[in-house]
Amino acid sequence: MTALTGIRVLELANERIAFAGKLLADMGADVILIEPPGGDPSRSYPPFLDDTPGPDRSLHWWHHHTSKRGIVLDLDSAEGRADFCRLAATADVVLESEPTTRLATLGLDYPDLARLRPELIHVAVTPFGRKDPKSDHPATDLTLMAGGGPVWSCGYDDHDLPPVRGLGDQGYNTGCHFAAMATLTALLQRFVSGQGQFIDVSIHAGLNVTTEGASYTWLVQQKTVQRQTGRHAATVPTGETQVRCADGRYVNTGVPPRFPKEFARLDAWLKSLGLDADLPEAVFLEMGANWEGPFDLSLLGKDDTITAIFAAGREALKLIASRIAAYDFFMGCQQTGLPTGVIYAPEEAYEDPHFKARGFQVEVRHEDLARTFRYPGAPYALPASPWRIYRRAPTLGEHTAEVLDALSR
Amino acid sequence: MTGALAKYRICDFTGQLAGAGATKWLAAFGAEVIRIEDPVRQGRWDILRGMEPFKDERRGIDLGGAFNNHNTDKYGITLNLRTARAKEILAEIVRQSDVVTENFAAGVLENWGFGYEALQRIRPDIIYVSNCGFGHAGPYARFKTWGPIVQAIAGLTFRSALPGQPPAGWGYSYMDHTGGYYMAMAIMLALIHRERTGAGQWVDLACTDSALTLHGAALLDWTVNGRATRQEIQPSSNRSPYLPMAPHGIYPCAGTDEWIAIACRSDVEWQALGGVVNQPWCTDPGWIVLDARFADQDRLDHAVSTWTRTQDKFAAASALLAVGVPAAAVQQPGERVDHDPSTANFGLWPTVQHTAIGELRVDGLPVHLSATDWRMARGAPCLGEHNEEILGRLLGLAPEEVAQLHDEGVL
Repeated sequence: MTALTGIRVLELANERIAFAGKLLADMGADVILIEPPGGDPSRSYPPFLDDTPGPDRSLHWWHHHTSKRGIVLDLDSAEGRADFCRLAATADVVLESEPTTRLATLGLDYPDLARLRPELIHVAVTPFGRKDPKSDHPATDLTLMAGGGPVWSCGYDDHDLPPVRGLGDQGYNTGCHFAAMATLTALLQRFVSGQGQFIDVSIHAGLNVTTEGASYTWLVQQKTVQRQTGRHAATVPTGETQVRCADGRYVNTGVPPRFPKEFARLDAWLKSLGLDADLPEAVFLEMGANWEGPFDLSLLGKDDTITAIFAAGREALKLIASRIAAYDFFMGCQQTGLPTGVIYAPEEAYEDPHFKARGFQVEVRHEDLARTFRYPGAPYALPASPWRIYRRAPTLGEHTAEVLDALSR
Repeated sequence: MTGALAKYRICDFTGQLAGAGATKWLAAFGAEVIRIEDPVRQGRWDILRGMEPFKDERRGIDLGGAFNNHNTDKYGITLNLRTARAKEILAEIVRQSDVVTENFAAGVLENWGFGYEALQRIRPDIIYVSNCGFGHAGPYARFKTWGPIVQAIAGLTFRSALPGQPPAGWGYSYMDHTGGYYMAMAIMLALIHRERTGAGQWVDLACTDSALTLHGAALLDWTVNGRATRQEIQPSSNRSPYLPMAPHGIYPCAGTDEWIAIACRSDVEWQALGGVVNQPWCTDPGWIVLDARFADQDRLDHAVSTWTRTQDKFAAASALLAVGVPAAAVQQPGERVDHDPSTANFGLWPTVQHTAIGELRVDGLPVHLSATDWRMARGAPCLGEHNEEILGRLLGLAPEEVAQLHDEGVL
């Protein structure tokens, strides 16, 4: 048995919450995805299997609905609502992102469902919260990310260029992370009280508290951080951390050396590459390597020697990066004890030996296509309660009969 | 009302945001989170402790604003784990805890004699959650990371860029936040598992694994169709990567560094936008159909920009929303914290009382639970602030015994 075995979740299909349902389903919950007749619009989202559109060929759909069963219910019909109520009476969680008044109009909102099943946990994920009329305005991942804070902090030193929204629907993902966290919290609480409750999740609020320094620098000092190329937005400009390597790919040079042993290893690496002659500041690396005790970082920019040693560390990293491939730079730095990272495309990370060794590549059988595909794997490893993809995403109405028949028995 | 998680105690070694952010959630729901800190290094394994931003002119190890933000409602004690007595005290705290949490580099806790097997000997059903960049297993397990490195490795940095530019990446540690969310989920999943089976476990959380799950369909497009996200010319990540939407971008507005995001999902929305903008290009026959606009975004974005440049970002967003077009001003921190009813009315910025700093607003939580909601009242603990209270309550030590341990260098 896994953590969520036997926990039944009713998910009203909506692209905004699909990932939350997946988080619960891959941990063993019995997630029943409810689509309207004709199917959820995101069934038609590209990309498609072999680039050929079709309701069961959307890779967007495949990714977000693993491990779920799928049924069709028409909540606008009395029969569909009756079926939903019968299902809700067997459920632990309802997960939805409907317009704020729709379920109340249908007689299916939390007070109605709680009468059927007091143990039920009802999770409503909306753009701005259930009570905020703005939640019924149109919104997409882009507009939520722009209004919620992340976009302001991301982009380039050149502020004539627009700020940037990172890909992957991270606005929706963030709402889903909080929906899952709140659901688990309420499930734990239910062991004590035996009662369910209503959970109101605001994606906008979730993004507002997922901006690190942008929010708390304002909260503490009423100062505004400014975006910078490839590094933290800050109230004052900071040194570059992104370097283009000899193979044209980029690395994040991370935290430059700060301890004598790090200067020593960096100096040795530079020499082993035969690059010390190309770095006039190399002498300061040696001084850093031979420094007695820790550096007094408060003297940076004040004491000429310490400042020169730290500058030499940065320059040495930049020089090495410009002469070798990005992956070699990453490996060399990490073996030197310096936290740096190669800037991978997602597929490059996916094929990297580390992630392969951790079992991140997971095979999923699509029996109907007689094919097996590789999927992304687990976000965490709970050995006693393993994450798993139980089945591919459901085809339209695949489990309607199975689920409804079980109710009549 | 008792907190949703009031029955749980967490022995917490976490630091920075990636770890502390996870236990902040638990503390807000009433769990007793006890931060264990090193008196010799003044708790500096969390470098945020004494770092900017500061509320006033005072500086010091108890005054860091970020540390306060991430550690609300936690208890803080000091233990010098170089001493045998401190290890005994830690063992007793572990015995009385449900969960041990840390986000050190792999192997640190084990070197102190408190690896998972040792923890299990102290308490057989203990839940141990470790969170580090590459996890505790695999070829890179010993490599070091922080947020931006995790984002670089996992492809998030790469997928945030404009054409012809280097990666823009994320202007903050998105994966410290989000790694913390996965850590909180892992802790709660393990607690649910223990409630149902009685068994504890060690959760090995690698932030890079978590990050690599966040690419939507992009990885399946690779494994199924063989299409890489790395292309000759990287497309703007402000555009919609798969689903046709156009215009779809972030456009300049009147003023300095003011921007608006606009997304047209359909021809109906395009026509509605045209009704607001009312310029000749809005009825350009070449742009009537979504697929045609989607294929011609460079020219389209240029046209949209000519209009947005003359507009106030908030007024333009309101006008577009009123006709059903998704739009939002790119909000600056002060705008969304102090002038946005949607955050204020949600109660998103609670004020906490910090013993040394005084009153300070912090990030709240973006959820409300109708029966057992979260609560934030106390700021982050000062170094060793709760030595007397916790050691008294958990170990039955008298204040003078605690004082003596302090004098002996144990605390």
